[in-house]
Amino acid sequence: MAESNIISPENLVYEKTSVMTDRVMHYCPGCGHGTAHRMLAEAIDELGIQGDIIGVAPVGCSVLAYYYFDVDMQEAAHGRAPAVATGIKRVLPDKYVFTYQGDGDLAAIGTAETIHACNRGENILIVFINNGIYGMTGGQMAPTTLPGMKSSTSPRGRDVSTMGNPLKITELVAELTGTYFVTRQSVHAPANARKAKRAMKKALEYQKLNKGTCFVEIVSNCPSGWKMTPAQSNKWMEENMFPFYPLGDIKVPEQ
Amino acid sequence: MTEEIIIAGFGGQGVLSMGQIICYSGVMQGKEVSWMPSYGPEMRGGTANCTAIISDEQISSPVLNRFDTAIVLNQPSMDKFEDAVKPDGLLIYEENGMTRKPRRKDINICSIAAYDESVKMNNTKVFNMIVIGGFLKVRPIIELENVIKGLKKVLPDRYHHLIPLNEEAIHRGMDIIKEEQAVKK
Amino acid sequence: MKGNEALAEAAIRAGADAYFGYPITPQSEVIEYLMRENPADRTGMQVLQAESEIAAINMVYGAAGCGKRAMTSSSSPGISLKMEGLSYIAGAELPCVVVNVVRAGPGLGTIQPSQSDYFQAVKGGGHGDYKLIVLAPATVQESVDYVKLAFDLAFKYRNPVMILSDGIIGQMMEKVELFEQMPRSNKEYEWATLGKKPGKNSVIVTSLQLQSEEQEKVNLRLQAKYREVEKNEVRFETYGCEDAEYLFAAFGSCARITRKALDMARAKGIKVGIIRPQTLYPFPVDEISRLAGQVKGILTVEMNAGQMVEDVKLAVNGKTPVEFYGRFGGMIPTPDEILEALEQKIIGG
Repeated sequence: MAESNIISPENLVYEKTSVMTDRVMHYCPGCGHGTAHRMLAEAIDELGIQGDIIGVAPVGCSVLAYYYFDVDMQEAAHGRAPAVATGIKRVLPDKYVFTYQGDGDLAAIGTAETIHACNRGENILIVFINNGIYGMTGGQMAPTTLPGMKSSTSPRGRDVSTMGNPLKITELVAELTGTYFVTRQSVHAPANARKAKRAMKKALEYQKLNKGTCFVEIVSNCPSGWKMTPAQSNKWMEENMFPFYPLGDIKVPEQ
Repeated sequence: MTEEIIIAGFGGQGVLSMGQIICYSGVMQGKEVSWMPSYGPEMRGGTANCTAIISDEQISSPVLNRFDTAIVLNQPSMDKFEDAVKPDGLLIYEENGMTRKPRRKDINICSIAAYDESVKMNNTKVFNMIVIGGFLKVRPIIELENVIKGLKKVLPDRYHHLIPLNEEAIHRGMDIIKEEQAVKK
Repeated sequence: MKGNEALAEAAIRAGADAYFGYPITPQSEVIEYLMRENPADRTGMQVLQAESEIAAINMVYGAAGCGKRAMTSSSSPGISLKMEGLSYIAGAELPCVVVNVVRAGPGLGTIQPSQSDYFQAVKGGGHGDYKLIVLAPATVQESVDYVKLAFDLAFKYRNPVMILSDGIIGQMMEKVELFEQMPRSNKEYEWATLGKKPGKNSVIVTSLQLQSEEQEKVNLRLQAKYREVEKNEVRFETYGCEDAEYLFAAFGSCARITRKALDMARAKGIKVGIIRPQTLYPFPVDEISRLAGQVKGILTVEMNAGQMVEDVKLAVNGKTPVEFYGRFGGMIPTPDEILEALEQKIIGG
């Protein structure tokens, strides 16, 4: 059966949001970034704010996120996205601002920027992709790498006695007065992806109300860095990452 | 006319503000002025100094190594700046707390017991204004009315009621300064 | 007004949209003044004390990426921390103003005045082939006027501009005339991220090119821009050069001290002039080259171990002897020392 027989408008069940470009993504097969991008893009689309939002891309695998989101974006230096977002939000307080950052960017080299933007309660959305590894540079240990987990810079597994413990930065920022909504989600299954989208949409709605920093962690996979098939990586994530980084809301606004 | 002045003493003696008042007063008199403080940790109770320059012409260097007038308010400042006074220049020193007299023979020297006088006035805060009075007696480069205008500029509005007290201090300084040594011009 | 305070007031009056800074001696008066003055009420200008120098320069990046007039200021150790951000700002071709009230280094050094960040300022400072436009004020008045000029140049060339001041200019007080308040601009630049416009491509602010061919094009474009800057923006002041047999070259506060030495030399009958570059990049190469054909020798005077002297030598290109006199570590050369150096190194040399 030729492809053209099934690709027709009457067969359309799920449409690509116009907030994403048509550009082919560079992400590895099975990587969670594509889905996470899409959920954020759909949230922006549903709120009708494509022309009113400015994104900040990090250094890491999602360094080229501005090719995929069809919104105005700035590319930040490694770890500095929350500072760049602060600069944008302070001069454009009526616009929506988000950062999209990985674990190395947000929780290692950019820890100070993350903590202080959250502590000031900057009215921005921080989307934090946690896959426990440096993907772009080829699988080195990240601040969130699990104890015993192997990477190219922890080839015998992360030894917490010398390499330190995984940093639960999401719990940490939830403690700060400046954060308003802090949650941990995943995008590895359709139901989870939908929940992640709802969380990001809610965060953007709070931003409109100037409630403070909203922080959405997405625990994700890295099939290439973990040296697994996509299916294996999702299973490994469920069995190993989720027990250490449990999904769910960490700080919710008082009703 | 150019008058290059160094004022030095302990932090807290009002050294920096003396220089500022002289400069603001100079501005009121239509002069070019420059004020450059020493800054840093030594200001926290150690020695402080500032360079104040009043001139009819544009001022080149704001920092100098030789001065027309040195006003020294403690012994370390006398030790440091006595030699920096130009020949025929002027050295004014506060009597209180000095352990030795100036040694130079080629400069004009005046002393002032400004601290004792401020105690007599029941207000040691006007100490530096007494010194300014003494200086202006010997070097009348700025008219008193312009000093008062300068004070109004330096002091926040809430302290303006203190200006008459400061004016009195200036007069006292003019009265009590003593010429110790005069060289021919 | 103190130099630092006058500069801060000038930023408000120049219609700056945002200032992001971090305290460091001897320039803390800038952010203190801005916080006290609360320009949000006067003009809507935003002022924020950042958590670090690094955060401050990246906040500038974000605001500049929106086409706003953003600035930061610091002193030497803090400027080193900002160098990463400055490289990104130059790479992304964003306009901004950075003030360095220089103190002596290396390392924590001392808080006393110095000119030892000359190389860092004029050669780019961070990684990659780029240039900052560098203005060197010698008076409090120039500190004020250069803030306005710096914003104009930054937006004309979409390039970071540095005002290279020092602890003397920042801390001293002298007469100054402030320009009238300028309105903040509400111009929307096509390169600025202000929210995607319907029917237009999204705007991307970035310094990243993964293809070498593309990166080379960026570099060539930057170099072409720097040649334009060199052609159009050289600024300098000369004094006493008409009949000069000798020449001083000095910048910033050190040029004023040297000017005092010049007056002393002239009083002794020594015919000496001075050239004071007001832009350190672009450097007044042509004028120095021209003067080199006229004088018997040039003494470069700096508050460092000899930095601008290298650019003077390049401009002179062997036409006449070039010597150096400097004090460093926070020490300030005296007019007497400078005159003595002229007599010994140039005239007697």
